Amino acid sequence: MKLNDLSVHELKNLLQSKQTSSEEIIKSCLERIAEVEAEVKAFITLLEDDALKAARNLDKKGEYQGLAGIPYGLKDNFCTSGIKTTCASRMLENYVPFYDATAARRLSEADAILMGKMNMDEFAMGNSTELSAFFPTRNPWDHNRVPGGSSGGSAAAVAAGEILFSLGTDSGSSIRQPASFCGVVGLKPSYGRVSRWGVIGSASSLDQVGVITRDVTDCALVLQAIAGKDPSDSTSVALEVPDYSASLKADIKGLKIAYPREYFQAGIDQHVKACVMEALKTYESLGAIIDEVSLPHSEYALPAFLLIACAEASANMGKYDGVRFGLRDFSADNVVDMYSQSRGLGFGTDVKRRILLGTHALSAGYYEDYYLKALKVRRLLKNDFDKVFENYDVIVAPTAPTVAFELGAQSGDPLTMYMNDILTGSTNMAGLPGMSIPCGFVQEMPVGMHLIGKPFDEPTMLKAAYAFEQATSFHLSRPGRRVR
Amino acid sequence: MALTIAEVEHVAMLARISLNQSEKEQFALELGLVLNYADRLKSLQTDNIQPLDHILPVSNVFREDVVIGSPDREDMFANAPMAEDGQYRVPKII
Repeated sequence: MKLNDLSVHELKNLLQSKQTSSEEIIKSCLERIAEVEAEVKAFITLLEDDALKAARNLDKKGEYQGLAGIPYGLKDNFCTSGIKTTCASRMLENYVPFYDATAARRLSEADAILMGKMNMDEFAMGNSTELSAFFPTRNPWDHNRVPGGSSGGSAAAVAAGEILFSLGTDSGSSIRQPASFCGVVGLKPSYGRVSRWGVIGSASSLDQVGVITRDVTDCALVLQAIAGKDPSDSTSVALEVPDYSASLKADIKGLKIAYPREYFQAGIDQHVKACVMEALKTYESLGAIIDEVSLPHSEYALPAFLLIACAEASANMGKYDGVRFGLRDFSADNVVDMYSQSRGLGFGTDVKRRILLGTHALSAGYYEDYYLKALKVRRLLKNDFDKVFENYDVIVAPTAPTVAFELGAQSGDPLTMYMNDILTGSTNMAGLPGMSIPCGFVQEMPVGMHLIGKPFDEPTMLKAAYAFEQATSFHLSRPGRRVR
Repeated sequence: MALTIAEVEHVAMLARISLNQSEKEQFALELGLVLNYADRLKSLQTDNIQPLDHILPVSNVFREDVVIGSPDREDMFANAPMAEDGQYRVPKII
């Protein structure tokens, strides 16, 4: 097996026992990139020379602590000092930040090696990475299908073996749905667990930075490196960061798992549902206690989520006015026209639609019926989860209603695309941790299982994920190489 | 139900986004579709429910009042579409 096909924890062992060097790992990834990137198109910016240079410097020192020497990618909404950060938008096509996002800084302090900036739906709005202003990314399992989104480049590159892990952001499903579509592990931590400072926001009360890896062990390692309070992000929480790797135990006897009936109903592909029901049987055979529960307000979750996400996005997008950074239309002869024309030129259709929806929901005459109403539904959704978590440790459901769909298949009616958040958006509304792990295949495409934990109880969620992974082999399959 | 073109123009004015005619027509339909879907919330009784605007019970997060480093002015201006004499330059305001 080639180096780029191994896991972070396997490479860590090889590096520490001097059986390989960081340079060899980077070169192995670069070879893979040369093979597949022309089709997959996961990178907006590839930092080949910088990565090799960093690896050589590290190899000279010969010390490999933490994530040292491991190549990774960042979604292109993480600010990186001196490196273009585009959000896959014409608006920021030439934007070069002068500082690093805290999560990115923590990885570079851990001596992990940045391979590049990954493609995404523009400003993290979308679920297919087709809405990148530059080019779509393709699913490494089937190039006619989307990788999911908005962190589609981050997930596709990890699945394709181009990088070992990546960071993404998730406001509704944007880490978990692409992880599900690409057959990798994607974790969105509790709101406040990881600093959002330096990450270009989409919906600030829903956004959270998270991790995409090939297995659960790697996921725990990377989360450890980025979690914790950051004085620069007032919404990051000062709770002690537990030892996530220590929570990975295969013994889950007596673990109480709930599956909400509303997450297995109409609109969910029958074969996807069957995979997750089968996974629940695996959990039962491992000694977990499985019960059906109800999250009674689920049918209201998606409309409420959309209103809040669009309202917050419309506020966040206000800063793109052509004054301090980003695209400006120089043809305007007064400042208001300059704002409007710059924004008209710089934003893509989906971003415009969401800004307009959010502006409408916040505007005089509509605020109470839409935005305020959605905030009340948010309270009800949180109460539903609180009630289930009085009696259960983890909630399990499908991550997405379907496997990866074909490019162009959801480009018509915007509601079709918005439906991708239906099983995951509630966890963002309630600030809960959620993760997607591979649990089967439908039409030769990976299926993701969604695990939801109590607030800041990532350890129990990781433990449940780890136990399933140890009992199954879905995570060992790679595009073009199914392990049966 | 679709929004009217005048409604789309109003919200686009509030959002400061210029739209061409075909975009106005497209968004009139699409915004109507999504808002129609959102209208299902109206059937839910929420009179005594407190809105939840943020999941964390934090407000007024302070730090010690000490001087910390601030960004370099040149760095800040490096991304400006137009700057002059340490100021951002924009077209006529009034």
